Amino acid sequence: MFGTYLYRELSNRRKQTAIIAAGMALAIALVMIVNGVAAGVKDAQATVLASVYGVGTDITITQDPETPVEGEEGTAQQQQPRFEFGADDGETADGTTAISQSRLTSGIASTTFDADALTTAQGLDTVAAATATLALTNVSFSGEVAAPDVTTDQGTEQGAAPGEGEAQGGRGGPDGAGGSAFEVDTFTVTGIDVAGESVGPLTSVELVDGRAFETTDSDSNVVILDTSYATTSSLAVDDTLEIGGEEFTIIGTVTSTSSDATTASNTYIPLDTAQRVADLEGQISTVYVQAASSTDIAAVQASLQTALPDASVKTQEDLASSVSGSLSTASDLVGKLGTWLSIIVLAAAFLISVLLTTSGVARRTREFGTLKAIGWSNGAVVRQVAGESLVQGAIGGVIGVVVGLLGILSINLIAPVLSASAVATTVAGPGAGQGGGGNRFGDAATTAAATTDIALQIPVTFGIIGIAVALAIAGGLIAGAFGGWRAARLRPAEALRSVA
Amino acid sequence: MYELNELTKTYETKRGTVTALNKVSLTIPTGQMVAIQGPTGGGKSTLLQMLGALERPTSGTVTLGDDELSKMPDSRLAEIRARTIGFVFQGFNLIPTLTAQENVETALAPLGLSSADRKSRATAALEKVGLGERLTHHPSELSGGQQQRVAIARALVKEPTVLLADEPTGNLDEQTRDEIMELLEGLWRDQGLTLIIVTHDSAVAKRAERRLTLKHGAVTEKK
Ligand SMILES: Nc1ncnc2c1ncn2[C@@H]1O[C@H](COP(=O)(O)OP(=O)(O)O)[C@@H](O)[C@H]1O
Ligand SMILES: [Mg+2]
Repeated sequence: MFGTYLYRELSNRRKQTAIIAAGMALAIALVMIVNGVAAGVKDAQATVLASVYGVGTDITITQDPETPVEGEEGTAQQQQPRFEFGADDGETADGTTAISQSRLTSGIASTTFDADALTTAQGLDTVAAATATLALTNVSFSGEVAAPDVTTDQGTEQGAAPGEGEAQGGRGGPDGAGGSAFEVDTFTVTGIDVAGESVGPLTSVELVDGRAFETTDSDSNVVILDTSYATTSSLAVDDTLEIGGEEFTIIGTVTSTSSDATTASNTYIPLDTAQRVADLEGQISTVYVQAASSTDIAAVQASLQTALPDASVKTQEDLASSVSGSLSTASDLVGKLGTWLSIIVLAAAFLISVLLTTSGVARRTREFGTLKAIGWSNGAVVRQVAGESLVQGAIGGVIGVVVGLLGILSINLIAPVLSASAVATTVAGPGAGQGGGGNRFGDAATTAAATTDIALQIPVTFGIIGIAVALAIAGGLIAGAFGGWRAARLRPAEALRSVA
Repeated sequence: MYELNELTKTYETKRGTVTALNKVSLTIPTGQMVAIQGPTGGGKSTLLQMLGALERPTSGTVTLGDDELSKMPDSRLAEIRARTIGFVFQGFNLIPTLTAQENVETALAPLGLSSADRKSRATAALEKVGLGERLTHHPSELSGGQQQRVAIARALVKEPTVLLADEPTGNLDEQTRDEIMELLEGLWRDQGLTLIIVTHDSAVAKRAERRLTLKHGAVTEKK
């Protein structure tokens, strides 16, 4: 009887069933899509972060640059490449002097600190693994400068201040006729532990050519290149590259596994080599930490911060907020608008089904009164009303899941491209604000290294479908509870209410 | 057998307390056919609600057989309604979305019968009221008289001992009225029912063994 009655009611009151089911379906589809996009954006963020911080990194330790005191040169000098050519430098021929110099300095956006921090981090019980890197920037300057005696009034002056010119290429007398031609090449260099730690930037890369670092590479002049940097610079394995004035042999090229974009750095060299060449003995710029358990990251963060009071200790979550670009806009949009929209639509759908159900019960007062009068128990009447609501919710749920999956599928087919920038060392104003022309190179280099285009892909998980099913059941139960409550309160004597 | 003792029913309304039944004492033997007449608002429907275990009295008692209806919990009252009392209403009160047969089956739903049992008993009940050919018709596809026949089949399919009818012919034309009354009388005679019919219609009341009048909540016998 329950089934027959339920089926007859739903099929005869199609309009009401359709409205309730459609409302639920819309809400459920929306919740699925919003949840899906949120998951997709989170994945994308994780991808971007992984390309910068490597896989498995829970916490990074850096040091915020000290705010420079006006007129004090200390930090500025360390961070800005400065080329000084003596009068006898270079080879002079045909009235021009060919000069070339490369300098390896700590990246403009990072501050180095003592490697003791790594030892401290490794000493903590809650830390599973930790490794340190030294982020550097190599700026090489090469070109021809007109010999002093042939110099015309322009030329040298402009050439000597590369910072005010464009990042690449010189401006002075490009044709060489009495002027100067020079080139400034900037690339990022990351000094990395060759022991092959389980955390760190190189955990998210894949070897394309040559070989990876081995323990024996310690303190030797070998370099691994990011594939796209190698391509643009026309370099290959076994070629040499000048870094900080020394010759390095290219032993391998790598590409990011987590996205089709670049890896965190243009080049990778052994950490101790980096420290020696950059004249930063015992200095590091980032410590990558993997917590022993993913559940106590916050506790690990707290104890690291206590152990290293001056350091900036950031979790992946903190780092996610450093991801900028349209990805972060999407993340904000999904986080705020999407969540609110789905809450509102969901609430509206629930409200509609509750109202239609209770008004339906009110309309059927005499019907339910009659059933009670002929011996139906309260429970049987309530079950009937709740059953109708549950089935309506379930129909809405099924349609909603289908629509939601179609929506997710079409988003995945369109695969909207989001761009994201994650700055390897989260640094704001003070460091970048100082110094004139020089820091433009640093900025360009850092940003270029970590800007990634990611096609949004929404993962279809049982979780999302589970949420949809749970919502459909919840909607049906809520409407059914309200309707059932009204039906339960109906007196059987309603059956005898005089016909209008 | 019904025994009513000092039965009083009052309703609290915004305009004060309405006394629908005032100290009604009455005995109705098993198998009797009783007509209840009286002006609108006299308390006829209220009395039927007390007899039908739909409502509890404000004071006094109603006893049906060995059961003291005024003291029973709701669930027990529902059970008594399901097994021993049949109801027929002025407005037929069929469920519009169900077929004639399914409407009759609703009366068997609380009895825990198998689906096949329910179907065959509903079919038999509809055949008895002359609607064997209309099993799958919906109420909207039936005339008023036919709908009331379905309602009578629904009331009698569970083989109750009591049939209560509140103005069963109030919505029907004279000819249909007589047909329905003939049907009810026949069933009463065949099944040994206690039949209590509320009606304004003297033509209907005349058929009863006993006629009661309810006015201002008080009962008087009419000879
Ligand atoms: N549920 C109720 N609430 C308030 N007053 C009621 C209710 N049911 C009946 N009454 C009142 O009780 C009196 C008797 O009503 P009823 O038994 O329906 O009379 P009848 O069926 O003879 O027309 C009337 O005055 C009516 O207004
Ligand atoms: Mg009445």
